[in-house]
Amino acid sequence: MPDDARLDKAILASPLAIHGLTVSYDHRPVVHSVDFVTPPGSMSAIIGPNGAGKSSLLKAALGITRRLTGDVRVFGRPYAQMTRHVAYVPQRNSVDWDFPARVIDVVVMGLFRDLRWWQFGGRGQRRRAMQALTRVGMEAFAERQIGQLSGGQQQRVFLARALVQEADLTILDEPFAGVDAATETAIVEVLKSLRDEGRTLLCVHHDLATVRDYFDHVLLLNVRRIAAGPVDQAFTEANLQATYGGRLSSVQLARLVEPALAAREH
Amino acid sequence: MSEFMMFSLVPLAVAVIISMTCALLGNFLVLRRQSLIGDAISHVALPGIVVSFLLTGVLSSSAMMLGAGVSALVTVVMIELIRRLGRVEASAAMGVVFTSLFALGVLLLEWHGASGVHLDVEHALYGNLESLIWFDGTGPAALFDPVALADLPPQLGRAAWVGLLVVAMLVVLRRHLVLGSFDPEFAASVSARPALVDLLLVTLVAIAAIAAFEAVGSIIVIAMFICPAAAARLMTNRLGRQIAWSQLFAVLSAVLGYLLAGHAPGWLGFEASVSAAGMIASVAGLILLAACLAGPRRRRTGAATSV
Repeated sequence: MPDDARLDKAILASPLAIHGLTVSYDHRPVVHSVDFVTPPGSMSAIIGPNGAGKSSLLKAALGITRRLTGDVRVFGRPYAQMTRHVAYVPQRNSVDWDFPARVIDVVVMGLFRDLRWWQFGGRGQRRRAMQALTRVGMEAFAERQIGQLSGGQQQRVFLARALVQEADLTILDEPFAGVDAATETAIVEVLKSLRDEGRTLLCVHHDLATVRDYFDHVLLLNVRRIAAGPVDQAFTEANLQATYGGRLSSVQLARLVEPALAAREH
Repeated sequence: MSEFMMFSLVPLAVAVIISMTCALLGNFLVLRRQSLIGDAISHVALPGIVVSFLLTGVLSSSAMMLGAGVSALVTVVMIELIRRLGRVEASAAMGVVFTSLFALGVLLLEWHGASGVHLDVEHALYGNLESLIWFDGTGPAALFDPVALADLPPQLGRAAWVGLLVVAMLVVLRRHLVLGSFDPEFAASVSARPALVDLLLVTLVAIAAIAAFEAVGSIIVIAMFICPAAAARLMTNRLGRQIAWSQLFAVLSAVLGYLLAGHAPGWLGFEASVSAAGMIASVAGLILLAACLAGPRRRRTGAATSV
């Protein structure tokens, strides 16, 4: 069984290996028996149409919502023992930005696990939070009330909160939704620098046009797993057609897949 | 002086402690948009107390508290059930549950009204703050006299214990509460157990509401869960300062309300005084109104900037 042995090895090395994950709401599966082994050190995208279960897959994998069946492993061990290795960036719109907190307060929340209840976060925590803010270019906003930030700035603060966790795997749910072009570039730079440090990134991503530029691996999801693998192999016209049904026009598809054809011809 | 100590010291102290306790919890209820849960729990204490009286036949504090506690539990379970089975918002489920249970309590009371026990709807709403008389509180010396102190109305001790419990729990859980209130999904991802913290918060609210219910009635409880915290939110954008403001507003409401209830009708030429509980709640409402009109942070900060 050389194939099984190879899979076992991949699961041991993977910062997030999902097996047979099913999530259902009201007796209707929104994620059906999905397998995905995140390659270590990769920048992977999860793509699929609205309602394909992209966010549900991640939330269930992280134990935020309940899953029906499925096994989730972090470096081969059960997720519950390994939560410290994973940082999660929820959708920006999932929180109330009118909450009475400053930017620095939100970033320090990422250090939640470093303090016992009787301890107060001191200068050390503040310094780490400021370093993370500097890395996303938001150090000047540390004392700012979070409600005063633009969408792109909010997203950077969320990214900084994940950075202080210093996790092996960072999972981001639509980090580019509703942000300006400058922020998108800045976030991509930070994510790529994390990958260059050997860390792994996994993003729910909407914009098919940038998949090739940003990511090296991709999971195409529409309730079930349609395809997964390196972008060159999995991000094909046939797989996109299967994932999005009739929702993409042939012109759109051709434009998305063309670079792949061009690259192969050379 | 002795008159103040005998008739006013204990009601004032109970009102201040309970107001501060409820306002403290209210900060988190307001931030989580769960203010209605305080309302719901303090309303359903009534049917709980009536049922416990019908079952035991006596009006003892422990039986009443047990009854109120059980009914709070039933309420929380019913709200969850309706929310899940009916797929409606939590606030809708709360509204349905607490109004019907409160109505049930009123009906039960009316059926047994002839028994002549001191248990009626007004009592449930206004409490009996004015009846907390310290008969041995004859002068300042009584504060140091163990015999006189033992004669203090038990509601004072109960309020103090509940206040201490709430403060202790909030100190221990402060980071869990803040994280779970701001970003429950992230809280779950860092094992901050937001669901468990939710349950603990509701339990604390129930304990505070029930302990306060007997002494001061449900009006103060409901007002204090909402008004001081909501007014405080309009004063600052920092959570720590918001909590401090809420405590100041709670003390102000309790003291001003109590004094006005006793003296304001006299200034207007009336003989009788008005309900202290009602006046305290009214002052809390006026403070909220003032904060709405003049609070420095009365604009939603998110609305101030355009995208």
